[in-house]
Amino acid sequence: MKKFDAIIIGAGPVGLFSVHQLGIKGLKVVVIDNLNKAGGQCIELYPDKPIYDIPAVPECTGEELTNRLLEQIKPFKTEFFLNERVEEINQKENDWFVKTTSNNKFVAPNIIIAGGVGSFEPRKLALKEAEKFEGKSIFYAVKDKEKFKNKNISIFGGGDSALDWALELSKFSNITLIHRRNEFRGANHTLSQIKELEKSRKLTIKTPCQLESIGGGDKIKYISIKFDDGKIEKIDTDIILGFFGLIMKLGPIAEWGLNMNKKTIEVNPENFQTNKKGIFAAGDICSYPGKLKLILSGFHEVALASVECFKRARPKEKFRFEFTTSSKIIQGRLGKK
Amino acid sequence: MPKVTYKDFNGNSKTINVESGLSVMEGAIQNDIPGIDADCGGSMACATCHVYVEEKWLNKLPKAEDAENDMIDMAYNPKKNSRLSCQIILSDELEGLEVTTPEKQT
Repeated sequence: MKKFDAIIIGAGPVGLFSVHQLGIKGLKVVVIDNLNKAGGQCIELYPDKPIYDIPAVPECTGEELTNRLLEQIKPFKTEFFLNERVEEINQKENDWFVKTTSNNKFVAPNIIIAGGVGSFEPRKLALKEAEKFEGKSIFYAVKDKEKFKNKNISIFGGGDSALDWALELSKFSNITLIHRRNEFRGANHTLSQIKELEKSRKLTIKTPCQLESIGGGDKIKYISIKFDDGKIEKIDTDIILGFFGLIMKLGPIAEWGLNMNKKTIEVNPENFQTNKKGIFAAGDICSYPGKLKLILSGFHEVALASVECFKRARPKEKFRFEFTTSSKIIQGRLGKK
Repeated sequence: MPKVTYKDFNGNSKTINVESGLSVMEGAIQNDIPGIDADCGGSMACATCHVYVEEKWLNKLPKAEDAENDMIDMAYNPKKNSRLSCQIILSDELEGLEVTTPEKQT
């Protein structure tokens, strides 16, 4: 069990900036995120799209913003726990105990939920019968390539993940790539490699069509796909891989007893504390009168929340408001002389 | 103010007046129409405002951009008449528009 001054849920821009605001106040924090990298929606949804409303930054992409925030919080040497989601929180006196999906445990007097619209999870096949094969012969990610050797694999999707895995797995398996329309969107060199494999009959492409049904008992034997013109075709299949991108799901946060407003958490706009003392919410996930879902609003929200976090983490110390331009203590924490 | 009919998966429908210039998604959110989540707030980044547009209306809409089609690839149960409702901007020409929301968005 590791002890911190604050546990940050979400490594998006607001979660990252909260590390800065807490860090300059001398608080030690840990960041947990379900994605495999920091950046949240900025990195997952629009890494290449320019953002024009970050103060003093006329234009930067989601990826650039993330990298700059990571640079800004470097002096604090913060530990990140990625690829895991907070499952449980429990209160004991003034402390919050947190457990993640990887069974990591943390304790702190403060939790800041900067969870955006929830955690990113793979979008699944719409077909109901797909559920019972999930994790056995239907997968939405490839963790261990060995499991996918010498099989008939039907890959659904039209983006980079579908194309990349079709290429990779075609080295040792029989691949059918299936997409709902004729256009694939992926890197040009990947697309041309795919086309070459198709020409040399090392890979089959089926478009425009969608999954109609799955045949088999315990294991999948074949799938039926339906083309736009109504034609149905059976394809021998052992494994289905679906790559339909990620969706955001609120997940367990909804069950923590916080006052919710649809998919957002109600906060006091004075310090962004929720109805539970020591739990704060900031960024897209919080709601209060006049809330705007802007990155810059999230920055303001964590700045204010960090003051209350300080008071809870250091009840015997008096909070002193200081500027980074003049405070020797803050400059020291930032590694400046 | 064009009238828009939002039908759900079970065939229930609700017709409301939506101000011209607003999107079909905004009309739904402002009027508490269920079935449209719009998680990303209309920035074409999430595909949770996905709707099916009746055939006769589909041709009257400006064609979907590549980016919209890329996002629809990610939608729950996309069909040929799928659109993102945040990209359908209402005008008087669309008086009477009918859209159907999918069984679910995620």
